[in-house]
Parts: sequence; C-alpha cells; structure tokens
Amino acid sequence: MQIDETDRRILRHLLAEPAMATADLAERAGLTTATCWRRIERLREAGVIRGAQVVIDWRRLGWEVEVSLRFTLDKTHPRAFDEFLAAAREVPEVLEIQTFLGQTDVRLNVIARDMAHWQEVYRARILTLPHIQDTEALMLISTIKDSAELPL
Amino acid sequence: MIALDDLDRAILRALEADATLSAGALGRRLGLSQPACWRRVRRLQDEGVIAGRRLVLDHAAAGFGVTVFLGVKLATKGRVSLEDFERAVTAIPEVQVVQHVLGLFDYRLKIRARDIADFERVLRRRIMTLPGLGQVEANVLLSEERLPGPLG
Repeated sequence: MQIDETDRRILRHLLAEPAMATADLAERAGLTTATCWRRIERLREAGVIRGAQVVIDWRRLGWEVEVSLRFTLDKTHPRAFDEFLAAAREVPEVLEIQTFLGQTDVRLNVIARDMAHWQEVYRARILTLPHIQDTEALMLISTIKDSAELPL
Repeated sequence: MIALDDLDRAILRALEADATLSAGALGRRLGLSQPACWRRVRRLQDEGVIAGRRLVLDHAAAGFGVTVFLGVKLATKGRVSLEDFERAVTAIPEVQVVQHVLGLFDYRLKIRARDIADFERVLRRRIMTLPGLGQVEANVLLSEERLPGPLG
C-alpha cells in the first residue's frame, strides 16, 4: 500500500497520542471523522498499523533493575539463532528481543527486582541460554527520551 | 510498589496484546462485569502501572525501513557535557530513544531512518556533530519482538 500525505498526517498525530479519539484526531488532521475513520481502517487492513499495546511501567511494580544485554552467538552452529531465540522467549524477565547486523547479534532487554535478583536471573536463566559466545551488559541508568514519533 | 492480583495480571496481559479492547470485551473474556473491569483498568492507570499506549507500526510500510541502534561514548565527561549532549541528541527527530547507560557505552540511541542513505545523512549531519561525542558503534536492526514480561 502506498501511503499519502493525509495518511502521514494521521500517523503523525496517532504516534504522538495513540489513545486519541477518532473525532479529535480528525479535527487535528483537518478531516471529517468519517474520512479519518476510513483512513485508519485502511491503514489497519494494509498492516501499516498493526495494533496498539499498553506500556507497563515495571518500576511501579517493583522491578527496579533494567539491563540491556548484547550477545555474540557461536555462528558455527547452524541453528544458533533459532535455538537461542526460542530459549530466550521462555525467560519471563525478558521484555524485548532484537536481532542485528553488526558486532552484536542479539540484544535482550531484561528486568529484575533488585541487584541480588538480577544476579540470580543472570546466572540461572541468561548464561544458560544456548550458543552464547560472548555477552556484554549495559545497565540502564535513566531513559532520557522514549518516543514513538517519526519525522513523517 | 503496587500489589496486583491474578485478575490485574490477566488484564495487563490482555492489554499488552491489544490496547484497543474495551472494558466490556475485556470483562467478558475474564468473567468480570464491564464496570468492575473498567475500575481495575482505571486503577492501573491512576497508579501509573499502565504508563501509556503505544501504536504498533510496520515501520517499513510507513516509509521508515531502517532502524539503527548506536552505542555512544562521550569524549569528555562531566555534568555540563552530559547536559549539552542530552539536550542536542533529544532534539533530533529521527532519534526515538535515548538511554543513559552504565557499561561499555555511555548512551544508547535508537534511530529510525527512511533507508541507508537517509541514515547516513542523520549520522553525518546530526550525530557526528553532537557536542562531546566520542566513539560510536552502530548495529542495524533486523527484527524486534516484545514479550509480555513477568506477569505470572
């Protein structure tokens, strides 16, 4: 599907405020509510908009530690990626899995209740994942910016 | 810290998969009345457990086919240089995420670009000119998935 200037305008507003009602969105995008609704439906059907999720603040639930773990995998094993990813999906503390082209093969975003719990998760569930060649941890101090917006 | 019961956790799991579910639909799924379900969602929002909503977008279809994570090390540190760097980097529209981290790098950046040429433009004109910038490592995102997290 080709998206046009109007679609981009709708997406820009929706990315900034995903919970906005269609009527408000239409007004901001300079469209009638019906047109705006039809456009959003079309973007959904074409798979440009895949859905919406709530964002959970894990700190509010007592998960104080967040670590970005970067892995290099042993690529001599043909199923290294598949097996590593399948095992990582089974770890409840893993929030995000990303694969890369570059020095890093895979990144996991992992949370823990505190440093003692982190140590436990790291030893018992992370270092036991298959085909790890090397891993590095970046401990999150603070998130300065976290925006879904795009310069559309 | 907020205590959750099994129903709260089930609500969070459902809304993580689809934030557009109405309180009625969600309640029917979990065997709750619409008002009871609405009250629970409202409490999770008021307590800040639900921090917001996020649109799930097919970025390639929306015209942003390239996502790159940058690990950035500052050349000079100190309070002033951190503030200068943070102010400048958060103002770049293509930079969606800025995280201050502890480890091999000082900051993690997530950049969305239209294509590799567009990424090169952002890297050269906006990133390389940031105040205090030292070493930079780039990893091009191939795939990403979000998992529900430790909700029991």
